[in-house]
Amino acid sequence: MILKEILQKYPKKDDQLIEILLDYQSAKSNHYISKEEIIEIADYLGIPESKVCSVLSFYTFFSVKPRGKHIIQVCKDVPCYVSSNIDILKIIETELGILVNETTPNQQFTLEFTSCLGCCDVGPVMRINDKIYTHLTADKIKAILSEYRVNM
Amino acid sequence: MNEMKLISKRFGKINPLSIDEYIKFDGYKNLKKALSMEKIEIIDEVQKSYLRGRGGAGFPTSIKMMGLAKESNKEKFIICNADEGEPGNFKDRYLMENDPHQIIEGMIIVAFATGGTKGIIYVRGEYQKSISLLKWSIDEARKFGYLGKNILGSKFSFDIEVRSGAGSYVCGEEFALIESLEGKPGRTRVKPPFPTQSGINNKPTLINNVETFSTIPTIIEIGGANFSKIGTPSSTGTKLISLSGNVKHKGVFEIPFGVSIRDVIYELGGGIENDRKIKLVQLGGACGPIIPEYMLDMIIDFDRFEEFESKTGAGAIIVIDERFDIFTILLKVVRFFQHESCGKCTPCREGHIQLGNLIEKFIERKAMMQDIVSLESLARVIHQASLCGLGQTSPTAIISSLRYFRDDYIDRIEHPKRG
Ligand SMILES: Cc1cc2nc3c(=O)[nH]c(=O)nc-3n(C[C@H](O)[C@H](O)[C@H](O)COP(=O)(O)O)c2cc1C
Ligand code: SF4
Ligand code: FES
Repeated sequence: MILKEILQKYPKKDDQLIEILLDYQSAKSNHYISKEEIIEIADYLGIPESKVCSVLSFYTFFSVKPRGKHIIQVCKDVPCYVSSNIDILKIIETELGILVNETTPNQQFTLEFTSCLGCCDVGPVMRINDKIYTHLTADKIKAILSEYRVNM
Repeated sequence: MNEMKLISKRFGKINPLSIDEYIKFDGYKNLKKALSMEKIEIIDEVQKSYLRGRGGAGFPTSIKMMGLAKESNKEKFIICNADEGEPGNFKDRYLMENDPHQIIEGMIIVAFATGGTKGIIYVRGEYQKSISLLKWSIDEARKFGYLGKNILGSKFSFDIEVRSGAGSYVCGEEFALIESLEGKPGRTRVKPPFPTQSGINNKPTLINNVETFSTIPTIIEIGGANFSKIGTPSSTGTKLISLSGNVKHKGVFEIPFGVSIRDVIYELGGGIENDRKIKLVQLGGACGPIIPEYMLDMIIDFDRFEEFESKTGAGAIIVIDERFDIFTILLKVVRFFQHESCGKCTPCREGHIQLGNLIEKFIERKAMMQDIVSLESLARVIHQASLCGLGQTSPTAIISSLRYFRDDYIDRIEHPKRG
């Protein structure tokens, strides 16, 4: 979806900035906001570009660098850590051949850490795009990843 | 010991998507009752209930309501804080996913009593399921005349909007949340003025936790005086506990205040997986104290928790068994705060990095006696000199570990890594 269509859905009020960024970034297949887009959003809302940049850098959901089509986030906090017998991150890194904070060469996956996802009772967990996967095991992780690979 | 289900009574009993099922199970009847009461009477009931906020700090809810009610502004905001992001906490997600209308009903009652004109539920961005469920439920409530203009034929109008966070724990702090709603980075403001005086767009704003709003319909139903008889004198009513870690049954449990932590772990949680021993228990979430097994008879109560100088009131219990190293746990806690610090004040921004470095020395068995002293004084500085609750409470785990697990520290110093 192009940025103009998304912008039109929102009133020209500066408190709409975060909603616009969330909406647009998830609509884009490479999930990031480019320099040109920052200017366009700032113009639309009538605010300085620096304000858009400060919001982009503050919130962990946003990226100013291109990312993969699927964003995998692994929870790194204590309740998940103690509920797990395996190293979730290592397994995914090996499966995808990348390290955390990297994107696969085919631009399909980006691997990131996340703070607690509020699913500590069903940990260990990870999130892929908007979906949360619970009770992870090595086999389960491999199965989930291959599902995304099929749908590439 | 059994659960006492007042606000979780509909969990698993109704389809959360169905407003009809909510209504059949006593839903919105307390709103009707409230609309027939005087506004001050409602606040009075909340005052008699001694309800204290369930978001962590335990501030008396009626004082906030009174504060908002006396503001003469035409526009007043009612905000539900659903930013739940403290590791180990997930009870607000249960409330949103299992009984969204109860939250909405509570917000409408509070708005009516205080003259609130606009409601916002600020949900953390990770809770996509909660967000869509709440949006759906709000539309349904509007169709049934519980929201919108002239609610149930009265002169009272009120509506609610759902807004999403974007991955920031500190936005759960009330002024950071307000900044975020205004489209800015979530960095707190200096108080006073308080939100009830000057909050979103400088308009009077009342902020309460999801569980706090969810409790309001019950107070209207049974009356403040009856509610206050449940629990302990300083902490009335029931509390949702998020139980996680190495217990057999994890999940959310509703208990009256005054129950011991041991009972929650062993009777509701079924004890420790593989019947291992407990190494430590963290209370409240990452910002809460770490206690050893012999302290588990402590009861769940705001005043008891205040002795730890932290906001443990959100009700998380994280159980960690003997297989785990306390320093690895502490490092994860510190790194969480390092990552989530908004960077506005130096002790918090820089301090967590230093705390992490010191803990790493203990992990690597390279620490000396002097490092215990440094750790203690740095933790104190962060606690005392930070601007918002994040830095004020983040060192609690370290400070309590120095008190209750000092032997572990000494052991690392006395058994250094050779070479
Ligand atoms: C860093 C930080 C994070 C917080 N996160 C939350 C949160 O996710 N949910 C919440 O209700 N309160 C949170 N609080 C507490 C709020 O500032 C505020 O006290 C609370 O929302 C008031 O509601 P209550 O009186 O109903 O508890 C947080 C506080 C701090 C300092
Ligand atoms: S204590 Fe930390 S999170 Fe709070 S204002 Fe200071 S830097 Fe920001
Ligand atoms: S610690 Fe992983 S979801 Fe809470």
